[in-house]
Amino acid sequence: MSGSFTEEQIRRYSRQIILPEVGGKGQRRLLVSRVLVLGAGGLGSPAIAYLAAAGVGTLGIIDNDLVEVSNLQRQIIHGGNVGLSKAKSAESFVRNLNGDVDVITYEERFSAANAREIVKEYDFVVDGSDNFPTHYLINDTCVLEKKPCSHGSILRYEGYATTIKPGGPCYRCIFKKPPPPGLIPNCQEAGVFGVLPGIIGTIQASEALKCILGIGELLVGRLLCFNALDMTFYEAAAEKSEDCSVCGEQPKITKIDAENYLEMMAGAEECKI
Amino acid sequence: MAEVLDLRGEVCPYTFIKTKLKLEEMESAEDLTVLLDDSAATANVSKSLHSDGYEILELRCISQGVWEIRVRKHESPT
Repeated sequence: MSGSFTEEQIRRYSRQIILPEVGGKGQRRLLVSRVLVLGAGGLGSPAIAYLAAAGVGTLGIIDNDLVEVSNLQRQIIHGGNVGLSKAKSAESFVRNLNGDVDVITYEERFSAANAREIVKEYDFVVDGSDNFPTHYLINDTCVLEKKPCSHGSILRYEGYATTIKPGGPCYRCIFKKPPPPGLIPNCQEAGVFGVLPGIIGTIQASEALKCILGIGELLVGRLLCFNALDMTFYEAAAEKSEDCSVCGEQPKITKIDAENYLEMMAGAEECKI
Repeated sequence: MAEVLDLRGEVCPYTFIKTKLKLEEMESAEDLTVLLDDSAATANVSKSLHSDGYEILELRCISQGVWEIRVRKHESPT
């Protein structure tokens, strides 16, 4: 009964099917959608959990790290899995939460060599990566593949999220170049308040779900900033840059070339979110 | 011919969710008859259908403990 839904699915998704903006049509859309989460760390953990709970049909999870005990203060999906691959640990979390979700794990580094091939298989990308070269690589790949992407960044008590969609400003429009190496301390040096990635990563999951459902307003051209110490949200407007090197009128970056990221890579310190 | 959805034995909120899913599948301007065996569920379903923009054509007790709601699907309910 009730179309293509099983009795269990009707019960599992009842609280969102009942939403007028979602309904059975929206739920079906989620069940056939494919979302790629880059990084199963602080941002990726809540994003993966909520996307799986909502019934996103296919979740791609990329991470080449192993779970460490120091991750568990904020990477809440990896409990009991110290020493395991984060991608596999995330997969086991998803399987326990919702059997409707197919998980594709990539226990490899997201690189210029595999970026386009992986991203093109998905409808939406959640950037939960922890370093500037990867942020730029994800951005450029999503722009070239015309895929929407939610970007998130965090440090100490502050973070922000923005959504990149064809037609709107991209990460390079907003941040033309990465900051000089060493200027921004990494999370190992500076620390991170555990709930912060929980909040920002959840905002990213929310953007992915809304984009798939085609509802509400996305953070396109908007940088939503959050300070957990002051408990304030504020917004900064972001404009599309005509001379952006990847989405501008005469883009210099027309393909993913490792050289564009190696230079940044050399100076980038790992910031383990 | 109006479609019939027998939800006797079902509880809230699934009574409404199953009604909503059935209406989504139907063509606009079609009528649906829903059978329910709980007075609270009958009140809830008709209230939720109304707030979702569906037109309740009739609500009546058809036998001891059994209610029937006739609802019409309009062009573009939200």
